[in-house]
Amino acid sequence: MNNTAVSENKQLLIPKNFIKVLILSIVLLGICVLASLAFGSRAVGWNELMDGLFHPDVQSHGANVVRQRIARTVFSLMCGAALGVSGALMQAVTRNPIADPSILGVNTGAALFVVCGISFFNIGTAGQYIWLALAGAIITAIFVFGIGSMGSGGATPLKLVLAGAATSAALSSLVMAIMIPRSNVMDQFRFWQVGSVGAGNWNSISVFIPFLIVGILIALFSAPALNAIALGDEAATGLGVRTGTLRLVAAFGGVLLCGAATALAGPIGFIGLLATHMIRLVIGPDLRYIIPMSALSGAIILTISDVCGRILGSPGELEVGVVTAFIGAPILILITMKAKMRTL
Amino acid sequence: MKPTHTFQSEGITAGYDNRTILHDVSISIPSNKISIIIGANGCGKSTLLKTMARLIKPASGQVTLDGKPINKIPPKQLARVLGLLPQSPIVPEGITVADLVGRGRYPHQTFLKGWTKKDYEAVAEAMDMMNITEFADRNIDELSGGQRQRVWIAMALAQQTDILFLDEPTTYLDITYQVEILDLLTDLNRKYGTTIVMVLHDINLSARYADHIFALHHGKLVAEGEPAKVITSKLIEDVFGLHCTVVKDPVSDSPSVVPIGRYHNKLRMYS
Repeated sequence: MNNTAVSENKQLLIPKNFIKVLILSIVLLGICVLASLAFGSRAVGWNELMDGLFHPDVQSHGANVVRQRIARTVFSLMCGAALGVSGALMQAVTRNPIADPSILGVNTGAALFVVCGISFFNIGTAGQYIWLALAGAIITAIFVFGIGSMGSGGATPLKLVLAGAATSAALSSLVMAIMIPRSNVMDQFRFWQVGSVGAGNWNSISVFIPFLIVGILIALFSAPALNAIALGDEAATGLGVRTGTLRLVAAFGGVLLCGAATALAGPIGFIGLLATHMIRLVIGPDLRYIIPMSALSGAIILTISDVCGRILGSPGELEVGVVTAFIGAPILILITMKAKMRTL
Repeated sequence: MKPTHTFQSEGITAGYDNRTILHDVSISIPSNKISIIIGANGCGKSTLLKTMARLIKPASGQVTLDGKPINKIPPKQLARVLGLLPQSPIVPEGITVADLVGRGRYPHQTFLKGWTKKDYEAVAEAMDMMNITEFADRNIDELSGGQRQRVWIAMALAQQTDILFLDEPTTYLDITYQVEILDLLTDLNRKYGTTIVMVLHDINLSARYADHIFALHHGKLVAEGEPAKVITSKLIEDVFGLHCTVVKDPVSDSPSVVPIGRYHNKLRMYS
């Protein structure tokens, strides 16, 4: 085989628009970061922004506002990346184009556990929320998959979504039932319940980092095998993939990422769905590219939504969970119409 | 030339859930030959193929490759020897031909090494052999049924296995493309000595293209051997319940089954 054929194939196996999309995403990410630092209840100008970032000796009010916002920006980037990758993993594992932590009810499960922790066990730190939320996310994921796989045909997209919606509805009414009689819990958790990155601080970031790293590593390592799963379980078995084990590991990675993000920021919906779909539309179905790019696009979408929430809700702010639900719901409808619930 | 393998099923009984479809089937796949499994719908031919290709775990008995039970061989290692093209694999939305063919390289790759020169060569060679190099950057959705099937076979070829299983590779194709696919698979067998095992619906094409026939009836092996010896009107009557006469195919000299119905029967056979 001659070398031209080899190099031509190398070209063919990189998604056509990959380099363009990568550059565009990085530029967008930069803009988002600056916007997230600049906008808010008090908008700061370019000079103040630069002072805050690069001149630690300047003590103007604007510069200090910017410094205060850095943690929030970093936190929203991390949450967005985690939710984006989590969505990509869940869609690949279920071979279902509309799988997303919020649609499958995993976020609500995490929320229920956190609310229970606050109400009954006086739990109050980020380090404790995260374990509760993870337990809730994992148990809900198992439960939804269990119900969704009952009957003939296994876990079809439609059954999974119905199981997720039903579970989510039931669990959120439980959350309400627990919260409403307890006004202190309600106050503490009103913001959490909607989903907000405003609470992000260096402490929650340091709790988050290990989960983010482990989750993303799991995602990257399972990408080639998930590419095989995309061809159907029989073909994947023929290619030497242990489909059961792989699904378990990849789903665990997805639940880890969304559980951790939910614990710290509250249930933020649709990011996984939006991020992965946009990326798949422009670079195609190769998960080795989709996964890292979903991290980027998830970070971008969540940060933009947060900035929008701060501008729209001014002088206060609109929680990011409200904004993403507002953008996400119509897009979910579009995707469902286009896909006619076909499996990936 | 591909190495010789002993590939056998030893008394396998298998099925789905509580329904047993295969009963105590022991066969040995002739190495470096084309074998075709025939039989009526529901006789267990796909189940046999799937059990041998480790998609179904037999309830009893075992499948062995060179004397070793296949469930004892690490899956990736097994996938470098034994390839499989299922009957209806899933086409991921928006996938290109090159990407799909490239996925056949999975068992040869490790995470850290990624794609090597050998992988690119295997993909180029497989696409070349299936005459799909010109479509390499196209979306699968844009291709015709025959072209699509060639892409799937190219994916299985890129896997570069010594043994290749195909579950009804010609179903849903026009006769022209059925012949084209079977010719390409024969090329593969002649050129590399790849052992091919497939399930086919068409008895006459099976008789022409097979070196070895396995005939199943109600989940049991009823006959096996060269088509010229195996395909008789008696066997076809037993296996398919079809009255017929067997003539010599004027093109290949292989046996050819001519069905006999209640009408248009000038010989007045069985009427």
